[in-house]
Amino acid sequence: MKYAILCYHAENVVCAWSKEHDDEVMAKLSVVLERRAKAGQLGPVARLMPTTAATTVRKDNEPALVLDGPFAETKEQLLGFYVFDCANLEEALDIARELSEANPGGAHEVRPVGYFLDGSAPT
Amino acid sequence: MTDLAWLDAAVTGARPQAMAALLRYFRDLDRAEEAFQEASLKALKTWPQNGPPRDPAAWLIMVGRNVALDAIRRERKSEALPEDEAALSDLDDAEGALVDRLDDAHYRDDILRLLFTCCHPDLPSTQQIALALRVVSGLTVAEIAKAFLVSEAAMEQRITRAKRRIAEAGVAFGTPGPVERSERLGTVAAMIYLLFNEGYSASGGEAHVRKPLCEEAIRLARLLLRLFPAEPEILGFTALLLFQHARADARLDADGAIVLLEDQDRALWNRGMISEGEALLDKAMRHRRPGPYQVQAAIAALHSTAGSYADTNWAGIDALYATLEHMQPSPVVTLNRAVAVSKVEGPEAALAMIEPLASKLGGYFHFFGLKGALLAQVGRVDAAREAYDRAIALAHTTQEAAHIRLHLDRLAQDAGQGKRPRRKAP
Repeated sequence: MKYAILCYHAENVVCAWSKEHDDEVMAKLSVVLERRAKAGQLGPVARLMPTTAATTVRKDNEPALVLDGPFAETKEQLLGFYVFDCANLEEALDIARELSEANPGGAHEVRPVGYFLDGSAPT
Repeated sequence: MTDLAWLDAAVTGARPQAMAALLRYFRDLDRAEEAFQEASLKALKTWPQNGPPRDPAAWLIMVGRNVALDAIRRERKSEALPEDEAALSDLDDAEGALVDRLDDAHYRDDILRLLFTCCHPDLPSTQQIALALRVVSGLTVAEIAKAFLVSEAAMEQRITRAKRRIAEAGVAFGTPGPVERSERLGTVAAMIYLLFNEGYSASGGEAHVRKPLCEEAIRLARLLLRLFPAEPEILGFTALLLFQHARADARLDADGAIVLLEDQDRALWNRGMISEGEALLDKAMRHRRPGPYQVQAAIAALHSTAGSYADTNWAGIDALYATLEHMQPSPVVTLNRAVAVSKVEGPEAALAMIEPLASKLGGYFHFFGLKGALLAQVGRVDAAREAYDRAIALAHTTQEAAHIRLHLDRLAQDAGQGKRPRRKAP
C-alpha cells in the first residue's frame, strides 16, 4: 500500500524561521528520507511555497471561479493531489480547469512547489 | 526546536493579531502592550504544562483582555480582585467562539489599523519604523537600538515620544471604507519598505545586525498579503522584497565591502526566495492592474533570473523603467533607467539621459557614481575623475566611498598603462 503523509504547521512560524534553522530542519529530514529511499520506500516529496503563493479554482460556478489564496473551506476534505510541470501560473490554472471539468464540484488549490524530490534520495 | 523556542516562535507569530485585537478593545497602545505582555507571561507558565492552545492568538487575546480588564477594575475600585486563574480554566470553550470572530473581515482591519497607527504622518519615518518593530514585531528596545546604531536610552526615548504623539492624536477606530482601506494599505507598505531599506542599505560590519530588519520587513509583507491576498500591488511588493533579499549573501564580500550586481556570485543568491517572488509576481500579473511595486518587482525578476550580468534582458528592463517613469516620475527612476539605456543604446545615450537630472540629483551619491562610470566608458577620464570625486564626497558609508576609490584606481591604472584615451573637452 502506498501512503501519502501530509505535513501541517503554522505558516507564520515556519516562514519566520532563520535560514540556519530552516537548513537544520531540512538536514534532519534528509536523514529520514535518505534511509527510506535506500529501503526503496520513498516516493515524490514536495515542500510547498506559502499559502500566499496559492490560487484556488472553485468548481461550483460556471465558468470556474479563480480566487487568490489557499483553499480555506472546512466543508470539503483533501482527496488527492497532482504535480505538473508548468511554464507559469496561467498554464497551471488551465490544467486545474481541465481537471475541474472532468471532476465536477469542489475546488482545486494551485500551489507552487518550492522543493521537490522525484523519489530518489536527497543530495 | 526546544519547547521554549517553539513557545517563543508561537507567541511572536501570534503577536500582530493579538496586539491588533487588544488595541481595538483598549484603544490605547500602552494598555494593549501591557495586556499582551501579561498574556505572554501566562503562556510561558501554562503552555509547557497544558500543551499549546489550538489558536495561540485567540488564547493571548482572551487572556490579555481579561488581565487588562481586571487591572482597570482594580484601578477604579482600588481594591484587589481574586486571581484570574478561574477565568483561564474555561478558555477552551471561549476559544472556539473567538476563533470564529477572528475570521471576520473586520479582523484584518484590526491588524491594518495597528500597522497604520505606527505610520502616523506626524512621526518621522525612523520613529514609524522603530514603533512598528516594537509594537507589531515585538523586538526589544535593545534589539531595535542595535539595528539603528543608537544607544538603548535614545531608542527608548524615541519610542516613548512616538507613542505619546499617537496617544495625543488618537487612533482612528472607525472601520475604513474601501478607498480609505486602500490608502492605509499603501501607507503601511511604504513604511515596511522603509524598514526593509533600513536593513538593505546596511554597510559592512553592521550587516549581520541589520539583516534581521529585512527579514522582519518580509514577515510583515507576508502578513499584509495573507490579509489582502488579492491585492496585486501587495503581491508585487512582497515579490520585490523577496527578489532583493535573495541577493543579501552576495551583496557584501568577506571584508564587508559592497559587491555590485555585475560582480556578484549568483550561486549565492537564494533560489527559494527568487522562485517564491516569481510565483507571487505571476499571481499579481493575472489581475492586469499594474502598479509601481509590480513593475519594480518585474525589473528585479529580470535581474534575478538572468544567468549572468551580460545575459540580462536590458531591453526588457529599459521598457519596464519607462513604464515606471510614466507611473511615478522621479529623477532616481530615470537614473536607474539610464543604466539599462547604457547597455541597450550605449553610454553616450545614457549620459544624454542623465544630464538634465544634474540640478535635481546634485547631492546624490549614485548620480555621480553612474556619471563617472559612463564618462569613463566614453574615455572622458578627467570628467570621470571629477564625478567620482563628487561621489566620494557624497558617500554615506565608508563602503560606498571605498567602492568609488576602486574605480578611481582603475582609471589611474589604465592611464598609467598608456590606455588613457585622448583627452576630450570636459
